[in-house]
Parts: sequence; structure tokens; C-alpha cells
Amino acid sequence: MPILGTQASQISGHLYAPTGSMFHIASTTLSTTATDVTFGSIPADYTHLQIRVMALCSATGYPRLRFNSDSATNYSYHFLYGSGVNAQSGAADTVTFMQNTYAANATNPSVSVIDILDYANTNKYKTMRSLNGQDSNGSGFVWLFSGNWRNTNAITTVTFTPETGNFNAYTSISLYGVK
Amino acid sequence: MVTVSPSGNTTAAVTYTPIATNTFSSTQTTITFSSIAGTYKDLVLICNVQRIGTAENPSLTLRFNSDTGNNYSMTNLLGNGTSASSNRNSSQNMMNLSYFSMPSSNSFAPYIINIMNYANATTYKSVVSRGGAAGSGTQATVGLWRSTAAITSVTLTNDGSPYGMSSGSTFTLYGIGA
Repeated sequence: MPILGTQASQISGHLYAPTGSMFHIASTTLSTTATDVTFGSIPADYTHLQIRVMALCSATGYPRLRFNSDSATNYSYHFLYGSGVNAQSGAADTVTFMQNTYAANATNPSVSVIDILDYANTNKYKTMRSLNGQDSNGSGFVWLFSGNWRNTNAITTVTFTPETGNFNAYTSISLYGVK
Repeated sequence: MVTVSPSGNTTAAVTYTPIATNTFSSTQTTITFSSIAGTYKDLVLICNVQRIGTAENPSLTLRFNSDTGNNYSMTNLLGNGTSASSNRNSSQNMMNLSYFSMPSSNSFAPYIINIMNYANATTYKSVVSRGGAAGSGTQATVGLWRSTAAITSVTLTNDGSPYGMSSGSTFTLYGIGA
């Protein structure tokens, strides 16, 4: 059923009944600080995963992503970012995590939309891309990432870890499956 | 450490739900999605916009809850076909999502705007979007609204042009559940 009666000023809108191929799998909103957040027992029912993040962190850093608790040097990534002053690009390979966002403080949320493609396929390495950023009214970054996990296992676990410090309360992370 | 496991019947958890949509049948200067319930986790606003008039350099701008205070800021990553660059605006009275001039004929400028955790009444609100304008450039933007109020209305305006956005411009608001 439609949830709300949205209307547009000067014009008229209309409502839809819900349809689609995107499914909510699991979510957490932290009630206190946490050293990491793990989504476990991810079913292989979907084609792709999407993770949507609003992160507040106790320290400046780059939250990290790992799959299936793999802490070996099987990750690589490229990025393009804007600092508000200039645009730069970089990369890292043979590293023990996938960097995918930037978080600066506990007040201004860092937000990310992360797509993990063909996560359940056991014949290919896994790839992700993300759009994210944080603005702090006078500072901040916006990022495009793409990354590779050199492993053919189906992804069943995704773990987020701050580079330093903790995720603060009200950090909210949701996992979705896309058919 | 927090561990989250799947729960529920995925058949019942379908999301990315269309909330409301509009296609301009005539020139308009503003569109407002109002009475937005706090039912979802995130909002996604997909726009395909064309401007009226070629002399101006109008921007697609966003306001929440009709707030006209200087509570908005944004950081842009830009590519114009020749080089990449970045800029920012601080303490603005609206969130500018289009650095490049929107097309005025034939083409439309696409924007996909993610409004994250819009209904919480504790944190500031952050937005991340991708957009571009055919013939001008492409961009990614992160924006901040320094308010802890739950977002209940979203207003889009083509700031800087007295002529408005053209017929055929489309705007659809989706809810992402959790």
C-alpha cells in the first residue's frame, strides 16, 4: 500500500503500489559505540548486494571492508575523490582490506552507497563500487571507489571496521539484496 | 563488535518503493515532495531535468523542510571532459546539486540523489548524489544539512533562472526500507 500522500507544489503527483527487485536483508543502528559491524550468514538468494551506510566515527579515518573475515592481502582498490580544492586519484593493491569511504567525526555523517556485484558467484573474483562522502561545512571529501577481492568464494560475511577509533552511536548500516 | 544476521521473509521485505512522481506538463520553477512519512531508512530522488532559457546558468537546488537558513554545505567532484576538479560551498541557504548548466534543449540532466537516514531526529543529514549535464560535464556531490530534524519535505528549484524547468522534466521519490 502507498505509505504517504505526497503532493507537489503547483502540480499534482500520484502514488504507486510498491514493486521492485530490491530486498532488505538486515540492518543495524548502533545504540552505543562499536569497534566493527558484521553482517553474517548472508544468503545466496540474490544477484548483487547493496550496502547503505550513515557512519559517525570517533576519529578521522577510512572505514574498511572485509569479506568472509579474510584478512590476507587479497584486496585492491582504486579511487577518485574531490577535496573541495582539487580532484585526485589513487590506488592500493595487495592489501588486507578494501577501503571504501571516509569518515571524519561524530557530528557530520559520512554516507555511502556500496554495490557488491555477483557476490554469490563461485567462479569469479568479486568486485565492488561505491559512492560516498562527508561534508563538514568548510571541509570534506566526495569519493568514487572501485575494488576487487581476489577470491572466488561466495560472500557470506561483510565486516566494516573504522580505521581508528569506533563507530559511534546512531551509525546506521543496512544490507540489501538485488535480484 | 556488532553482528547482524538476516531476518524476515525477503518476499515481504521488497523495497526501493516509489512514493511519488511527477512529469512536468508545463514549465515549473519548483517541485515539493511534502508530508514524507518517516517509514523508510533512506530516500532516493531521481530527476531528469531540462531548463528553460539559454542565457542563465541555473542550478538544481535542494531544500529540506522549507529551511531557508544558511544551514547547507556541499563538496563537489567535477569532470568537464578536459580535466577533473573539486570545489565546495559552505553556509549556503540551499544545497546546490548541479555545478554544470542543465541542458536547455533536447537533452535532460540526470540526477540520482541519496538522502540518507532522513527520518532520524538526532543527527545532521547527509546527501550523496551523482549527476551531470550532456555537453557540459559530470559530477558527484556530498551535501550536509545542519539540522537534526526529520526530513518531511524536499523542495527542488532551478535557482538562478526566472524561467524555470521545462515540460518533460521528471521527478520520482523512492523510499528504501529497513
